[in-house]
Amino acid sequence: MCLGLPGRVMEKNDFSAVVDIGGTKREVSLMMMPEEVDVGEYVMVHVGFAISKMDPEEARKTLETLMDIADEIDG
Amino acid sequence: MKLTVDFKNPELAKSLIDKISAEVFDEKSYNIMEICGTHTVSIFRYGIRSVLPENVNLLSGPGCPVCVTSQGEIDAIFEILAKTDICVLTFGDLMRVPGSRGESLEDMQSEGYDIRVVLSPLDAVDIAEKEPDRNFVLVGIGFETTAPAIAASVVSAEERSLRNFYLLAYNKTMPEVIKFLLNDSKLNVDGFLCPGHVSVVTGEEIYFSLPENNKAAVIAGFEPVDILSSILYIIYQINRNEFKVYNNYSRAVRREGNIKAKKLLEEVFVKCTASWRGIGQLKNSGLCLNKKYEHFDALKVFDVDPRPAIAKEGCRCGEVLKGYILPKECSMFGNGCTPEKPFGPCMVSTEGACAAYFKYSS
Amino acid sequence: MNMKKITMAHGSGGKATNDLIKNLIVENFSGSILGNLGDSAYINLCGDLAFSSDSFVVQPEFFPGGDIGELSVYGTCNDLAVSGAVPMYLSFSLILPNGYIMDDLEKIVKSAAKAADEVGIEVVCGDTKVINSHSSNTPIINTAGIGVMGASLNDYSKIKPGDKVILTSDIARHGMAIFSARKELELENSIQSDCGNLYSIFEKTGYDGIKFSRDATRGGVAAVLHEISDKISAGFYLYENMIPIQEDVVYLCEFLGFDPLVVANEGVAVIISEAKKAQKILNKIRQTKMGRNASIVGEVYETNNVVMETKIGGVRTVEMPSGDLLPRIC
Repeated sequence: MCLGLPGRVMEKNDFSAVVDIGGTKREVSLMMMPEEVDVGEYVMVHVGFAISKMDPEEARKTLETLMDIADEIDG
Repeated sequence: MKLTVDFKNPELAKSLIDKISAEVFDEKSYNIMEICGTHTVSIFRYGIRSVLPENVNLLSGPGCPVCVTSQGEIDAIFEILAKTDICVLTFGDLMRVPGSRGESLEDMQSEGYDIRVVLSPLDAVDIAEKEPDRNFVLVGIGFETTAPAIAASVVSAEERSLRNFYLLAYNKTMPEVIKFLLNDSKLNVDGFLCPGHVSVVTGEEIYFSLPENNKAAVIAGFEPVDILSSILYIIYQINRNEFKVYNNYSRAVRREGNIKAKKLLEEVFVKCTASWRGIGQLKNSGLCLNKKYEHFDALKVFDVDPRPAIAKEGCRCGEVLKGYILPKECSMFGNGCTPEKPFGPCMVSTEGACAAYFKYSS
Repeated sequence: MNMKKITMAHGSGGKATNDLIKNLIVENFSGSILGNLGDSAYINLCGDLAFSSDSFVVQPEFFPGGDIGELSVYGTCNDLAVSGAVPMYLSFSLILPNGYIMDDLEKIVKSAAKAADEVGIEVVCGDTKVINSHSSNTPIINTAGIGVMGASLNDYSKIKPGDKVILTSDIARHGMAIFSARKELELENSIQSDCGNLYSIFEKTGYDGIKFSRDATRGGVAAVLHEISDKISAGFYLYENMIPIQEDVVYLCEFLGFDPLVVANEGVAVIISEAKKAQKILNKIRQTKMGRNASIVGEVYETNNVVMETKIGGVRTVEMPSGDLLPRIC
């Protein structure tokens, strides 16, 4: 129940940001964001709101764990 | 976009599929329930059921907010349209849901009623501000992912002193329906795929009751690698008999959730009893406008009362939502109940279990 | 800007109508038959003919990558082309809202004329009416086209398991361009409609090895394949990783909750070909501008359904589209 995609922040002010979601730009509200987000960072977008800042380091860690699991099968 | 592309990686997905096959014990059966309409659709779109071992069963639970919006709540929209000259603003998901008399918002739109699809509740507020001589009602459906956005829009409407904007507050929350499922002695589920974006707002705590009841719980994102790895982690928990809430969507979900979003909910809403189609009434599972914002409440302002839900005889959606039966086990499936002419709520929305089965399963 | 507008007089058959037809229609469309302005056009064609008609009501009438003028020409010509015909003669009928801006109409007619020249079809007759703008505030166009048969590409009995399915271009661009043009959705991107001349593809490939073809417009590729599988005992097995689609279109479809296979196209033909000639046909298609992204996306198989092998190796059915695209939040 939560169609959402990451968008890259292209411009921002205190209340909203223009994000690029894989080639389409849209303005999103920052009213739900618990933390500051900078141009170049990614946010999860749902119904025209940024709902979370995406953490690329966590993404990397998640993938690394999965790659290890994948290697277990081959190795 | 690396953040999505990496989690669509086909080679990694295939390795996870192999790992799942290697991990399952042949003599065991693994019943995994997802409680998120977007998971329902994603699982079908990627063809995940077809790559899992036979003894891993994916069940769809009550995670489709359109499906669980009660018939009375839907009929209230049509009642307001009949009572007064108003524009209905809605998400696209609701456009084809039929009222009790068979008509849908899409039908009404073709008849000339002013019904507009919005992508964001804030767009609804902007529209109301641009047309001060017209009244607007936003149909607010969705769970905890969407509810704060709707709350923010109500706050914005108040800040702009709008008196032509109203809300049908139909948002529902997950904890009570999770409790309902756990209290069901007939529930035959070993683990839960927990909704990734609801979790962005709520954090992990709403799922603590699951491991406490010996159910696996993994918070999952929506890409194929997210879903497959989450299924694998659930299987690990079941095999080891060690249950906990595992956040497998840490790139978006924080343990404590989104404090600001939760504050928005507290600012605007108060918990109330909600009517869940296919399940019944659940206390404290709905979000109603509190006193401060009650002048936006469309039900109060237009004096409309959503009638209590009466399950249609012959409809087995309740059993589908609780995972007792698969959609195709209902005799009406495809036979009097189709996405074009839905008889019950599970067929009503594109991500209802029955509709998804109908569209995506041969 | 010249704010001259269409009035009810332009549709009433008198001087205003005549002037409009002479100065705008005849002036812009090539060919000698139209200028006669008789009640009918005299044409001379022999042999088996193909005849197709379509009406065009697209809004907005100017969209990224095209407009209703060229769309109305390409649309009917494409129907002739995918039916194995050489487009020859076209009728062009306008229904205009009262008050429509003349400059915009001129752009539309010029665009239609350019498209007709590109295809090589001659506009020989037509009509102009003006309606109350409450009914529509943008033009409606109907075109009907006649072509000379080159091969019969509408014969279901030719389709057999093992035949290959080719898509002549990347999908879902038109539908997503139109969606993006809806101002109230506030989406900004550079997705352009793929509306264009499909005859250019068949000019290159000829008909050898091509058993069946269809234009994948409303309802997308999914609608075409379902329509075909409804008429035959076989079905289609597609490979998701072979389906050509632009990255920005993928993301926009995901963002709005659409399956790209059900999104409208205006420059994609579905071609069913003999298996052993498929690669050769594909190579020829790829030499054309319209077909540079063509791909063999699957095959006809024995089961009577339409399924797709997903990128992760799963299999799912391809939904039969129902109704207009509605963006989801769930």
